[in-house]
Amino acid sequence: MLNLFLFVILPYVAIILELVVSIYRYYNNSYKFSSLSSEFLESDQLFWGSVPFHYGIITILLGHVIGFLFPSHVLAFGAVPVRLLIIEVTALIFGLLALFGLIMLVKRRMTDPRVQVVSTKMDFFILILLLLQVASGVGTAVMYRWGMNWYAISMVPYLKSLVFFKPDMSYVASMPWMVKFHIVNAFLIIAVLPFTRLLHFLVLPVHYLWRSWQVVIWNYDRKKIRKSK
Amino acid sequence: MDIRAQISMVFHLDKCIGCHTCSIACKNVWTDRKGAEYMWWNNVETKPGTGYPHRWEDQEDYKGGWEKKGDKVELKGAGKFRGLKNIFHNPSQPVMDDYYEPWTYKYSDLIDSPEGDDQPTARPVSLITGKHIDLKSGPNWDDDLSGSEIYAKNDPNFSVLDKQEQEDLFKLEKMVMSYLPRICNHCLNPACLASCPSGAIYKRGEDGVVLINQEVCRAWRMCVTSCPYKKSYYNWSSGKSEKCILCYPRIEAGEVPACMHSCVGRIRYLGVLLYDADKLESVVHMDENKLIDGQMDAIVNPHDPEIIEQARKNGIHDSMIEAAQKSPIYKWVKEWGLALPLHAEYRTIPMLFYVPPLLPIMGNVSENIYDNKNETYFTSIDQCRLPIKYLAGLFSAGDEGRIRHVLKKLMAVRIHRRGESVGDIEKEYVAGALKEVGMSPEMGEAIYKLSSLCTFEERFVVPASHREEAIEMTKMVLEQKGEVGFGFSDRPDRVL
Ligand code: SF4
Repeated sequence: MLNLFLFVILPYVAIILELVVSIYRYYNNSYKFSSLSSEFLESDQLFWGSVPFHYGIITILLGHVIGFLFPSHVLAFGAVPVRLLIIEVTALIFGLLALFGLIMLVKRRMTDPRVQVVSTKMDFFILILLLLQVASGVGTAVMYRWGMNWYAISMVPYLKSLVFFKPDMSYVASMPWMVKFHIVNAFLIIAVLPFTRLLHFLVLPVHYLWRSWQVVIWNYDRKKIRKSK
Repeated sequence: MDIRAQISMVFHLDKCIGCHTCSIACKNVWTDRKGAEYMWWNNVETKPGTGYPHRWEDQEDYKGGWEKKGDKVELKGAGKFRGLKNIFHNPSQPVMDDYYEPWTYKYSDLIDSPEGDDQPTARPVSLITGKHIDLKSGPNWDDDLSGSEIYAKNDPNFSVLDKQEQEDLFKLEKMVMSYLPRICNHCLNPACLASCPSGAIYKRGEDGVVLINQEVCRAWRMCVTSCPYKKSYYNWSSGKSEKCILCYPRIEAGEVPACMHSCVGRIRYLGVLLYDADKLESVVHMDENKLIDGQMDAIVNPHDPEIIEQARKNGIHDSMIEAAQKSPIYKWVKEWGLALPLHAEYRTIPMLFYVPPLLPIMGNVSENIYDNKNETYFTSIDQCRLPIKYLAGLFSAGDEGRIRHVLKKLMAVRIHRRGESVGDIEKEYVAGALKEVGMSPEMGEAIYKLSSLCTFEERFVVPASHREEAIEMTKMVLEQKGEVGFGFSDRPDRVL
């Protein structure tokens, strides 16, 4: 029963919450749809927290996504032990990087008097969830090796079963508790994401890459006027 | 040809008395809020000095503006690749201590303190943390050359002066200073806008005001870095960047921005310039010594029938064109060539122009009579206490000839007026001075009038905007009539 709740109900609730709330907030209160930057108040410590955390977490997330999308390719790639080792070590390094960054971020938020002024309870809450998530991830990587392989073999089918609305918990049921925790915590993060500063990653400004340098906005349709005369 | 209109400004530095009325007017209207306490959209600095934020002109540190590399012009501290790369931590973003930590005083201590031997004092408390702070610096800590050792002597513009020249500036009998009031320049090639990853910043087509859409701003803070004038500020409380809005609600109603309206020295002029947007790209790419010429060339003559026709084609309203023809800015900048942009080398094409200060004229004292008449008309200019080189670094991208020419013209106006009002100079001398700078007596008189005897209406020529007609251009008015009008941001229907 608990398993059903944690591995089937929670994921769906989390994803629905994530989608509905972030879309609602984007269209109804886009003003608050960002992360309140505190670099202006404290910059040096932020560097040691934010940069390692972001580069670490983005690489790790990318790894998870690639494994999820192309499990068979990943398996084939990992068939050569050297490659597997390289991937494993790289992942661990980036995981540790993210962990280090997070610890710095937590420390900064707890100790810097200026940053405290702009910190909310939600900020600490999400930081702790992230800390647990990254710590359990790094722990899993250390204790249960060759995660790239077993992720592709037993985790991806579970996630796919969720995606195709045929939830099958048998894959996760036999996992060690740390992995289970990692999964549950992940869905928890997804659930609370739209209520926290984390949602800034949904508005990543990629469109900047192809927009023109200068933007001029007219309160009338200039082309129409130019053509009509 | 793509003719557009720009509301532009001229600040006549000879007239600025450094009273900071402008800053206070702006502060009271716009930035007296949480998170904005430290912001001075309008500030007045003493030059030589380090300004606000501290040493803002040092672009090796702050990385503001555009930079020409080979044939290409790119943002110095932001941009598509560099900006996104630094998005997790922006190494060249100024922090609060580069400005100052805003504070108030604990006035209640004056009343609540228990009886004692000493007078109670109101200690300063930070407006950020609410805790006691020891004040080390604040806005205009360097006012009127105070703290020269820390401030004036570290002016980044001194890089063009040699050691001796720098030392001379601080000899008691040679001390010199001038004020530099600054607001957003509402540039034609704004670096803040180009660097904004969210696309929150835009230039208004109708009047060229550069604005930050607070709904779209996502606190990436690239504009703060890339504005070389440091006129985009990050609100630490709301998590949005803010900047001078040229009091656009006032401008739209045909009123004058608060800083300009309140200016005690009446140094400020506001009016419309027409420019050819097609020329901008080439101007931005010009060599440093051509930049100002290029900018002047892009500003077009509002009396030229062809320009008027093209302007109309672009939807510029007749009232705007008329304002451009009456514009005091056009006179200062183009007709008289007396006003120059600040730090044109940043390549943002700023549209706030300065009449450089002619002070102090070094006269001769002979037989106890002070006289600024010289052998040749303009020898005094090169003896000017504020070295021409220094002024050139500020206003002409290092071109001393240009500054000298402007100062000569200003001097010629004075010689002309002295001839008129005191009458102790021979007519030929006056005529000679005017001729040397290619100025007619009428022009000299006009410059004098607009400098000294100008009325409010002559200083500010602002046409009210035509929002009412803007709707007719894009929508059928009769259809529009039944729709949502003023005051709703959304349709008032009740069905989901
Ligand atoms: S109000 Fe006018 S005179 Fe006074 S400091 Fe400002 S610009 Fe100068």
